[in-house]
Amino acid sequence: MQKITGDILIEKASALLSSGTVSCVLGWKKGEFGYDVTPAVFSSVEELERDFVYNDFCGANFSKYLVSKTRKLEGKILVFLKPCDTYSFNQLLSEHRFDREKVYAIGIPCEGMVDISKVKATVGEGISSIDTDGDNLLVSTLYDEEPVAVDFKSVLAERCINCKSKKHVAYDELLGEEGDVIENSRFDEVARIEALTPDERFAFWQNELSRCIRCNACRDACPACTCEKCVFDNPASGVENKSPANSFEEKLFHIIRAYHVAGRCTDCGECSRVCPQNIPLHLLNRKFIKDMNEFYGEYQAGEEVGMRAPLVSYTTEDLEPGEALTRRDTDA
Amino acid sequence: MQVNEYKPLIVAFCCNWCSYAGADLAGNNRLNYPADVKIIRVPCSCRVNPMFILRAFQRGADGVIICGCHPGDCHYTSGNYYARRRMTALFSMLDYLGIERERTRLEWVSAAEGAKFAATMNDFVQQVTALGENKRLEDLRCKK
Ligand code: SF4
Ligand code: SF4
Ligand code: FES
Repeated sequence: MQKITGDILIEKASALLSSGTVSCVLGWKKGEFGYDVTPAVFSSVEELERDFVYNDFCGANFSKYLVSKTRKLEGKILVFLKPCDTYSFNQLLSEHRFDREKVYAIGIPCEGMVDISKVKATVGEGISSIDTDGDNLLVSTLYDEEPVAVDFKSVLAERCINCKSKKHVAYDELLGEEGDVIENSRFDEVARIEALTPDERFAFWQNELSRCIRCNACRDACPACTCEKCVFDNPASGVENKSPANSFEEKLFHIIRAYHVAGRCTDCGECSRVCPQNIPLHLLNRKFIKDMNEFYGEYQAGEEVGMRAPLVSYTTEDLEPGEALTRRDTDA
Repeated sequence: MQVNEYKPLIVAFCCNWCSYAGADLAGNNRLNYPADVKIIRVPCSCRVNPMFILRAFQRGADGVIICGCHPGDCHYTSGNYYARRRMTALFSMLDYLGIERERTRLEWVSAAEGAKFAATMNDFVQQVTALGENKRLEDLRCKK
């Protein structure tokens, strides 16, 4: 589905490397099966030609990597940003987390990325390679003679189904056509949960969050979670040994994680993407976003550099908590 | 005769400059409010870290109330305005996870409002009693 192909990006990156405009490239590196793409830094044309890919599995948002990758960097790093990634990019700049001068950002269009767990749910395990014919993924497995065609739209990642913007809010150079901020229904599921009874809500979250194994992947991937020292790093706590259990021990973790990024979360969807337990973390983040939109006016983190987030500002006319919650219910 | 034996455990965070003094006044005037309200004194309503509230619930609180100076009267000028936004977001999130919104409250009580303090506490205790025992919030990091 990608109109901008890997070859175009490799060519672009190689030219910038060779001319000395950038000293390295942050990109996606191919894995063994085509879908196990990982972020990587490339420093030569040879490496790019050998390993660089751009396909339907390049969901990773590179913004956060800029924090560590620019720190000791000589020269500039080239980074490819999808529209949703650019919001995180701006948000990090607002928080002074990296030096804009050290980055050369190329905006690339995006038609949505594929969620490999959805593909596996459709065709089963044993995937050996994945190709595309435009509208379908052609999935070869160890067990099928012919590749199985899977409709691209049916395996889109959740965050891409509810994509909020095809427009890049930051770049030095843009490849392809600029898109628009788009209508989406990303708050529907939040509203559905809000309409349940408290006991039903508790049961819903118990069911979801009790699967958590406290791997901290959601935090590690989150472009808003860039604290040098995180409250959740506590080797004495024993969380490393956690197994998923019905005891539902992780409520505080999930509330606090979401709270720490409230007002700064751009809804890029990395947390849910990386969660090995498929926990819908975006439903926690979106709850805060939805609330703050309703209580304090529409706010999209990362839309511009230097915006003031709702939780670090106030007006003397703000609603009292009780009023705010009641008003939301009556408006709904 | 008391029919309902259940007595909720309530944690009240009171700011030093207004609400804690208000509670004092309530005591001086011998106004009654249930002894199940445990007061924790904080310098300002905005000193209340959301984690304090979660931790109170984790340790078995049935309701948590935060009291501060009236808007415009905060000893540190704007602490209570920040607290208002933070608590709104947090209470709403707790509600979303199934901890009923009636278990959390934010009230403005001045040093002169001993009667309001007692009335607020009585009302809050009644409200939480009606809900019954809370579900426990848990966290591995603070297991005892
Ligand atoms: S969870 Fe909180 S403390 Fe940890 S990195 Fe994220 S924002 Fe920072
Ligand atoms: S990524 Fe998923 S399993 Fe890991 S800590 Fe986050 S929610 Fe828990
Ligand atoms: S000092 Fe009372 S609310 Fe700030």
